[in-house]
Amino acid sequence: MNTGIKSWFDSGEPWIWLNAGAVSLSVIMVTGLVVLIAVRGLGHFWPGAIAVFDYQEQDGSRTQIMGEFVDHEQIAKKRLGGSGMENIQGFISRFLIKTGNRDFTGLDFRWVEEASLAGLQYPEAVMLVERREWGNFYGYLRGIRDNGQDLSAGTDLWDTFQEYIRTSEVVFDQIRHIEKDRIGSTNYRMERLRLEERGLEIKGIPAPGQTSVIAAQRRQLQQEYDVLTVELARLYQILNKTSIVAMLADGREIEIPLARIVRAYRPNGMNLLQKTGFYFEKLWEFLADEPREANTEGGIFPAIFGTVMMVIIMAIIVTPFGVIAAIYLHEYAKQGPLTRLIRIAVNNLAGVPSIVYGVFGLGFFVYFLGGRIDQLFFPESLPAPTFGTPGLLWASLTLALLTVPVVIVATEEGLSRVPRTIREGSLALGATKFETLWLTVLPMTASAMMTGLILAVARAAGEVAPLMLVGVVKLAPSLPLDGNLPYLHLDRKFMHLGFHIYDVGFQSPNVEAARPLVYSTALLLVIIIIVLNLAAIRIRNRLREKYRAAEQH
Amino acid sequence: MPDTDSSIAGILPDFATPAAIRHRRWRHIKDVTTRYLMGVGGVSIIIAIVLIAFYLLYVVAPMFHPAGMERVSEYPVPGGGSGGTLFYSMEEQHEIGLRVTTGAQAIFFATSTGEIHEQASTVIAVPAAISASARGDPTQRMVALGLADGTVKLFQHNYSVSYPKDVRVIEPHIDYPWGEDPIPVDGGGVALAWISVQADEEKATIVAFSNDSRLHLVSLEKEESMLDGAVTLNRTESEIALDNKEVVNLKLDVEQRELYVADADGFISYFDITRKAEPRLIQRIKAVPDGIRITSLEFLSGGISILVGDSRGTITQWFPVRDRENNYTLENIRHFSDQQAAIGSIAPEYNRKGFLAAGADGSLGIYHTTAQRTVKLIQMDSNRLSAIAVAPRANAALIENSNGNLQFWHIDNEYPEISWRTIWGKVWYESRDRPEYIWQSSSASSDFEPKFSLTPLVFGTFKAAFYAMLFAVPLAIMGAIYTAYFMSARLRGVVKPTIEIMAALPTVILGFIAGLWFAPYVEHHLAGILLLLMLLPLAVVCTAWSWRQLPVRLRQRLPDGWEAAILIPVLIAAMAVSIWLGQLAELNLFGGNFPLWLNQVLGIDYDQRNSLIVGIAIGFAVIPAIFSISEDALFEVPRHLTTGSLALGATPWQTLARVVLLTASPGIFSAIMIGLGRAVGETMIVVMATGNTAIMDWNIFQGFRALSANIAVEMPESEVGSTHYRILFLAGLVLFMVTFVFNTLAEVIRHRLRTKYSNL
Repeated sequence: MNTGIKSWFDSGEPWIWLNAGAVSLSVIMVTGLVVLIAVRGLGHFWPGAIAVFDYQEQDGSRTQIMGEFVDHEQIAKKRLGGSGMENIQGFISRFLIKTGNRDFTGLDFRWVEEASLAGLQYPEAVMLVERREWGNFYGYLRGIRDNGQDLSAGTDLWDTFQEYIRTSEVVFDQIRHIEKDRIGSTNYRMERLRLEERGLEIKGIPAPGQTSVIAAQRRQLQQEYDVLTVELARLYQILNKTSIVAMLADGREIEIPLARIVRAYRPNGMNLLQKTGFYFEKLWEFLADEPREANTEGGIFPAIFGTVMMVIIMAIIVTPFGVIAAIYLHEYAKQGPLTRLIRIAVNNLAGVPSIVYGVFGLGFFVYFLGGRIDQLFFPESLPAPTFGTPGLLWASLTLALLTVPVVIVATEEGLSRVPRTIREGSLALGATKFETLWLTVLPMTASAMMTGLILAVARAAGEVAPLMLVGVVKLAPSLPLDGNLPYLHLDRKFMHLGFHIYDVGFQSPNVEAARPLVYSTALLLVIIIIVLNLAAIRIRNRLREKYRAAEQH
Repeated sequence: MPDTDSSIAGILPDFATPAAIRHRRWRHIKDVTTRYLMGVGGVSIIIAIVLIAFYLLYVVAPMFHPAGMERVSEYPVPGGGSGGTLFYSMEEQHEIGLRVTTGAQAIFFATSTGEIHEQASTVIAVPAAISASARGDPTQRMVALGLADGTVKLFQHNYSVSYPKDVRVIEPHIDYPWGEDPIPVDGGGVALAWISVQADEEKATIVAFSNDSRLHLVSLEKEESMLDGAVTLNRTESEIALDNKEVVNLKLDVEQRELYVADADGFISYFDITRKAEPRLIQRIKAVPDGIRITSLEFLSGGISILVGDSRGTITQWFPVRDRENNYTLENIRHFSDQQAAIGSIAPEYNRKGFLAAGADGSLGIYHTTAQRTVKLIQMDSNRLSAIAVAPRANAALIENSNGNLQFWHIDNEYPEISWRTIWGKVWYESRDRPEYIWQSSSASSDFEPKFSLTPLVFGTFKAAFYAMLFAVPLAIMGAIYTAYFMSARLRGVVKPTIEIMAALPTVILGFIAGLWFAPYVEHHLAGILLLLMLLPLAVVCTAWSWRQLPVRLRQRLPDGWEAAILIPVLIAAMAVSIWLGQLAELNLFGGNFPLWLNQVLGIDYDQRNSLIVGIAIGFAVIPAIFSISEDALFEVPRHLTTGSLALGATPWQTLARVVLLTASPGIFSAIMIGLGRAVGETMIVVMATGNTAIMDWNIFQGFRALSANIAVEMPESEVGSTHYRILFLAGLVLFMVTFVFNTLAEVIRHRLRTKYSNL
């Protein structure tokens, strides 16, 4: 037996198994990570049941607690510390409950011990109200007040409530439209006028005609603005006259203005179909809405939009450069010291830490180039910088520099797979080198370039560190693309999915409440990146197959 | 053969028509332009990398430029005839200077021309001759004149700035915040030989040494009546006993808590005067060797350090250092001995830890204490400098020479605090008890001494990289060996894309999971996680052994190269078991809280976000890079080598260990280099998964602050062009160079390997 084990070890088989173990572990880690993010990220939108139970507090008093079970853990009693717990052996089973009602209890979450919990039930009448401020509200609906009138007497309070929410939502949409789009646009034009005037001042004393034109335009804008504010005041009045009366778990009655309510639902009373419908409604809100409550609630649309805009601009910049460099390296350059140097440069460019690109981008693009551009083209807005501050253009440029090696390497690989015979055939028929390249080689390399571009986009979408220096903010007041001239605002700061994860997960005032949203954002980012990468891998594999076939003929 | 020619001409379009020529020329132009365009594109890549390096250098370089001094003008001392100069001063913009004379004249003048500002210049009313003078902290612009009748006159020189029509106008004036009447100090009316004064809004302290060898301390405190708002002065006074009655200088600190008295024997007496009625001698220490006299005494800005200039031209810096018993003693921190003649006067900068010193031989030195740097040393043409003053922003100086002329100099000295020592070495900072490596770039207080040591940050970076490589290298290389050499093709088709996905996962997600999920998890299951290290390999070997014991028929069901698939469930089970066992062990052996046990029993500190977490997270991020490159290197080992080895009777493992690994080892080395480069530059994981405190400690359970994270955190807040900004660029440059070395090395080795393979 002993010699058996020895010879078995000598044969090296256990080592092979250990090596296999390393592969398995890596695979487990990757899948585990993706599954973890997926489960936590997707579970967030499902309407969880709201429990109501009787709880015995540490001091012996009993309270009613209402909320959703979020987490469960077995923990050694000693870890909890506290009075009299030091010498107790064994584990405690405890639950994390999301109790909401931050404005009344101070905290969104609390831990409860399983042993002190009694009378657990899921009453159908319990409602969850999502609010624009203070997070979720859990409680019972008691009545509706419209203009001071009590509507509690109505037959179906809940349906009336829902009706009210729908109408208030319409009004709210109008308000948002006025505030964001119309007043935003007016302000924007006002600012342009101010800059125009200042520009004239810088150039010299403006002609009286010019100033009077500006003054007239300003008066007109001011009128528009006044009309809008009146309209806004009217809408707010409509919104503010209604409120609901709700009861907390401990029996207190409170009033919530309808204006603060986003939606209300009773998850305990929903069937599977309703829950599914609700799930997709929430999912849509997440993808298409703007964030609320310091990014901890609502959607992430601006971040998605910002990421996409940045990636598009980056792709427009990086593709020609990367492709040209690759073609030069593979088709034009004589293979010698220069090309070796370029290859080393490319590899270095790929290996330079991304934060160094950020530093370079901030120093060179933002302060050096941006500062010059401001002096030359935007003297009227100085000392407030236009391009001399982090923004979309600089972020895209920095990331283009960062991803150029990816495009080069992929394109070169594609070029090297085009059989020599094809080039030689074309040249032999009298085509110039450019024509050979343009008409035969490049079309065959198109999918390789596509692969490179996709990989570059995937890399750019996930990169955060350099963006923190060159243009990303936690909350951008307006999107980089809107209805105001010149429509695309390259100088604006933008929001980004990756930075959103960092910001909400680590800089948010209420990390615990924001965590599910971070998981969802992370999931979205992971999905985008995995899809992009799988697409690149598919294209590349198909390409290889194709040329393997071409080479065999 | 004209026939054939014409027949070809008949088939082909005419070669020489203008259209064809034009077409050919156009094709040629296109061809040539493309060639140049492509060349430009290729070379621009080199330009890009060079640009990055050079731009970083371009920002960093000014820090290492030597300081410059330029004489702007020289003119006779303003208001020259009326007695000698007590001192000079300048306002913030260094446009207007102030000269106070022994005749009690306060003369304001334009620094560039010497033209006297007649309206503001005045004579301070004093009842007796001036016998001593002193200035408070330079930022407070308080001046005291000690008089022959034992009184002290206090006044303040102030400047109001206004911008009529966008032009800056500075109006100087003299104020008396402590009253126009002189404050009596020596009751007997004996003339004062040395005085020192500090005053702020509420309280003022005057220390005076009178001609009858008595040291007086007078403290005034303003008290506002609650009823009518009338201000009364509370006066406390005391007399300080001295061992040596020959006082040569004395200085009071800006907080009015410490007093230093220098005497003719070269001793400095250090008094605690926090309680004004009972001053207390803490220490009397010999500050200069025997035979050397103390010629000047001055506080460095902030009032913590004193500078002692002596008769041989050496300047020493002293400050109180706290020992283990919480007692303060004066320590000689560092000295500057570049000047050769007695130091006549020292002019400290207002906001930095630098100063100017004038020697009796007409030499002028600019120094910085933290950097221990003699920034500039020049020899003036005259042989004695009777008075010097430095502008509040330390960008100009007034120098009076023995010819009775005043010189106005511009000083270009933006970055005196940077030296090799401050960036990489141990520095003894003010209020610390020993020389240390510290990174602390900013603080709320104004007398702050910036601490720009990159050493702890570089240490943090390499600590992260070390633990990451510890985790990643074995996993990645073993995985690569198996995947390249033993794994079945079908499984390979699944594993390789999975690893590519792993490479693509954004580090912000890894950092977020590491910081918010993994770190708390590890803290709760630390014993189990450590147990994993042993249990996982054990589980693998046991599975291998059991697999071997299975009947051959069963074993053959599964083709070769599927071991990894079998191991997945085994490993998952082993993880679960180990976490469970760990929890059990923690409860029974370690008192239910392993991190606490570590701290209490072994004295190992535990941070929730520590190097273990970061190591695993960064390891996760670099595994794919190392894996892919080493897998390529292993896979491309020529087949005839392996088949030859197998044919000679070696087992697959022997072939791998003795032939394949050896041949591919440069490739694996280059993979590790690339992985190391990645680990060094990783930013988001480090930002999110450590505490980011700059401590130097190899403890795996503690955090660190890495170069990259430091840049990401501090760069957005640093002021453009400041020392801090440039130091951060230097950090970026260091990162750039480190990764440049790793990557170039890797690339060169890989290139060699490729040539080697093609020759085999």
